[in-house]
Amino acid sequence: MSGYLSEILSGSKSLAVGMGITLREFFTPKVTLRYPHESVKMTARYRGHIELIEDENGEPNCVACGMCQRACPSGCITLASRTVEIEVDGKTKKKKELTQYDLNFTTCSLCGSCVESCSFNGITFSKEYNLASTRKEDFHFDLLKRLKERNS
Amino acid sequence: MSLTLINVLFAVVAAIGFAALNAAYLVWCERKGAGFFQRRPGPTENGPWGLLQPPVDGIKLMTKQLIIPGGVDKAFFMVAPVLAMFPAIMSFVTIPFSENIVAHNMDIGVLMIFAFASMGSMSLLLAGWGSRNKYSLMSSVRAVSQSIAYEIPMLITVITVVMITGSMDLKVIVEDQTAGFWQWNVFALLKSPLMPVSFLIFFICSLAETNRAPFDLGEAESELVAGFHTEYSSMGFGLFFMGEYANIVIGACLTTILFLGGWGCPFGLLPGVWWFLLKVYLLIFTFIWIRWTFPRTTIYGLLNLSWKILIPISLFNLLLTAGLLKVF
Amino acid sequence: MSAPIQLRSDETFTLNVGPQHPATHGVLRVKMEMDGEYIYKAETVLGYIHRMHEKMGENRTYAQFLPNLGRLDYLSAMAYNHGYVLAVERACGIEVPERAEYIRVLTVELNRISSHLVWFGAFIMDLGGFTPLMYAFDDREAILDILEGVTGARLTYCYHRFGGVYNDIDDDFIEGTKAFIPRMRKALKVYENLVTKNIILMKRLKEIGPVSAEMCRRYGATGPVARGSGINYDVRKNEPYSVYNEFDYDIPVYHECDSYARYMVRMDEMEQSLRIIEQALAKLPEGPIMPAKKPKIIKPPVGDYYQAVEAARGSFGIRIVSNGDKNAYRMKLRSPTYSNMHLFDEACRGMLIADALAFMGSLDLVIPEMDR
Repeated sequence: MSGYLSEILSGSKSLAVGMGITLREFFTPKVTLRYPHESVKMTARYRGHIELIEDENGEPNCVACGMCQRACPSGCITLASRTVEIEVDGKTKKKKELTQYDLNFTTCSLCGSCVESCSFNGITFSKEYNLASTRKEDFHFDLLKRLKERNS
Repeated sequence: MSLTLINVLFAVVAAIGFAALNAAYLVWCERKGAGFFQRRPGPTENGPWGLLQPPVDGIKLMTKQLIIPGGVDKAFFMVAPVLAMFPAIMSFVTIPFSENIVAHNMDIGVLMIFAFASMGSMSLLLAGWGSRNKYSLMSSVRAVSQSIAYEIPMLITVITVVMITGSMDLKVIVEDQTAGFWQWNVFALLKSPLMPVSFLIFFICSLAETNRAPFDLGEAESELVAGFHTEYSSMGFGLFFMGEYANIVIGACLTTILFLGGWGCPFGLLPGVWWFLLKVYLLIFTFIWIRWTFPRTTIYGLLNLSWKILIPISLFNLLLTAGLLKVF
Repeated sequence: MSAPIQLRSDETFTLNVGPQHPATHGVLRVKMEMDGEYIYKAETVLGYIHRMHEKMGENRTYAQFLPNLGRLDYLSAMAYNHGYVLAVERACGIEVPERAEYIRVLTVELNRISSHLVWFGAFIMDLGGFTPLMYAFDDREAILDILEGVTGARLTYCYHRFGGVYNDIDDDFIEGTKAFIPRMRKALKVYENLVTKNIILMKRLKEIGPVSAEMCRRYGATGPVARGSGINYDVRKNEPYSVYNEFDYDIPVYHECDSYARYMVRMDEMEQSLRIIEQALAKLPEGPIMPAKKPKIIKPPVGDYYQAVEAARGSFGIRIVSNGDKNAYRMKLRSPTYSNMHLFDEACRGMLIADALAFMGSLDLVIPEMDR
C-alpha cells in the first residue's frame, strides 16, 4: 500500500517537474529564423555546387587538365577544350583553352573531390543553397556561361 | 410559441457558432502553444501572428477531394465524422456561461451532457469499423475501451459533486459555489477533504475522454498511423479535428462549472461571463501544455491508471463524502 | 509488460508496418502477424533503399568511394568515414599526423552526440512526445554549425581523408566546441528532468523489449543495444584505434536488458563523448594535418584488410580485399543496425504493438545504413 501511494506521489512529481520545464521554455526567446524573410549566412567553407574562378582578365583559371573530371565519383563534370597558340615573349606557345565546362548537378553529391584535385585554383564552391526547380534541365549548369554572365 | 422558437433557433445558431469558432481558433492556439513550448514561434505567415491560419486551413480542407476508399462501409464512414461534431454542439445547449447566458437550462443538465459525451466514442467506433483498415479498427477498439475505463471514474466524481450540491442542474451547482473562491468545489475541504483530488481525477478523465495526449491512443500516430481517421480526407477529417477541439471546450467548461465555481468571480472586477471564459481558457491552456510535455501512455498503462488508481480513489472519495454528508 | 497470454497462430492477421509508416523512420517494412494487438511474429523486409554501396566500392577508386560512406548512416557520417580511411590507411601503410587523429576524434565524437540527439528526439516522438525532439534538434543545431564551419557540410561531411583531414580546424571551431560543452551538459540535465525521470516514459520502457546478452551474441548485436544487455563491448576500448587510448572515459553498461537500459546507455554516452572532446581539446597537438609523403594514387598491396570502428549505433566494420588494383576487389561493409534489427523478430513476439514500436525505436535504426 505504501509502495502504491509513493509511486503515485513520485510519478506525479516527475510529471510536475516536466511541466515546469516546458512552461519555462514557453517564455524563453525563440530560436528559429523566419526563413524566407531572413536566412543564415553560409560559412566560408560551405560546399555548394562548383563555380569557375576567373583570373584578372575575366578568363577562367582552368587549364582544362581534366583532373576534376577524373576525380568526380559520379561523373557529373564534362569539359571540352581546344588548343590555341598564344604568343609569349615572342615565342608561340600552345595552350589549352576551355571551351565548355558542364556540371550535371543532379548527380553531384557535393563531396568536393573536384575542388581538392584541382591544382590550378580553377574551381571553387559557390555559396548557393536555395536551388529548387521542377525541371531537371535547370540543374545542368554551363559553368563557362555562368562565368561570362557574372562578368557582364 | 413563436418567441420560444426564435429563442431556440438563436440558441442553436449561437451554440454552433461558438463551437465552430472555438474549434477553429483552438487549432491556432494549439499550434501557437506548441510552437512556444518548443522554442519556435508557431504560425506567423497568414495575417498578424498567423491569425488567419484557421480560415485558410478550413478553405484548404474544404477544397480537397473527399476520398472514399473502396470497400468501406459507406453509411458508417459518412456518419462517423458528423457524430464526432454533433454531440459536442448539443452539449453547449445546456452549459451556463453566466446567470443569464444559457441556451436552455435543464434541471438534469449534467445527465444530458454525459449522455451526449458518451456518443462521442460511438463516432470513433463507427469510423474505425467503417474504414476497413486494420489500423483504424485497432484504434477504435482502443478508443472504446478507453471511454469505458474513463467514464466510470469521471461519473463517480461527478456524483460526488452532485451529492454535495444536491442537484443535477448546472446552474444550481454553480450558484452553490458563487459565495467566494473558498466555496469552489475544488477547495471545499469541509464538505469532503479529498475534493482537490477529485478535481484532478476529473481533469485527467476529461483529458482521456477527449482523446488528448498523453491519452491519445486512438490517434497514436507513431503506432497506428492516424488511428480512426487514417482513411479520412477533406472535411471528413476536418470534422473529426473540430470535434476534438469542441470536446475540449466542453471538458474545460464542465470542469469550470463543477469545480471552479463557474462564473463566480473571486474579486468581482468583471462580469461573470468573462471569469467563466478566463477559467475555461486557462484550463484549455493546461490541456495544450500537457499535450506538448508528455509522451503517450500505452493502452494497458491507461487502463491500469483508470482501474487501479482513479476508480479506487474516486470510489473512496464518494464513500467518504457520503459518510460526511450523513454525519454532519 | 510480459504478457501471460497464449497467442494462437490460427487467428492472426497480417499487419504491414511500413514501408511508409511514421514509426519506421524510413522505408523499412515489417510484416507483422498479429493476434489482436499482440504480435505473433514479425518479418523484416529490407531492400527498399538498397543502393549497392558495396558494389560501388568495387567499381570506384578508393578516393572516389569516400563520399559514399557518409551516405550509409547519414546521422553519424563522420564515424563511417573514419572507419574507411583507417582501413585504407592500414592497407597502404599511410602514417597519420597526430593532430589529424585528434581532429578526427573530435569530429567523430561531436557527430556521435548529434546522432544520439536525433535518436533521442525521434525515440521520444515514437513514444508520442513531440517537444523533446525540438529541444534535441536545437542542441544538435549547435553541433551542426560547428561542424559546418570546419567541414563545409551539415550532414554528409566527407571530411576525413587518407592520411589526414580535409581542412585544418580553426579558432572558431575550438571556441565553438568549448562553448558547446557546458551548453550540452545543461541540456542533458533538462532531458533528464523532462524525459528520463518521467513516470510515463519509465512505465513504457522498463521491462519492455528484453534482449538478453546471449541473444545479442547470437545476432551479432553491438553498440548501445549490446551494452544495454550487459555486454561490455566497445571497439574504442576493446580494439583501440586512432588515439582513443589517450583519453580517460567510461563505457556505460547496463544489465537490465530492457528498452530503458538502452536508452540510458545512449544518454550516458553523450556525457562520455563530452569528456573525450574536453580532453582532446586540451591535448590537441600542433602540426600538419596531412602526412608529408602520401601516395598519389591509392593502390593497397594485395591482401585482406579489416578495420572496425565504434559508430553511434555499434561496431561498423570495413573489409577490403585488394588485388593491388586502383579499385577494391571486394568491399564489405558491416553495418551495425543490420544486425541490431534482426533480433527484433525474436524479441517482439508476444509484445503489444505499441511496445514493439517503442522497442524498435530503442534499437536506433537508420534504414539507409541497414540496406546500404
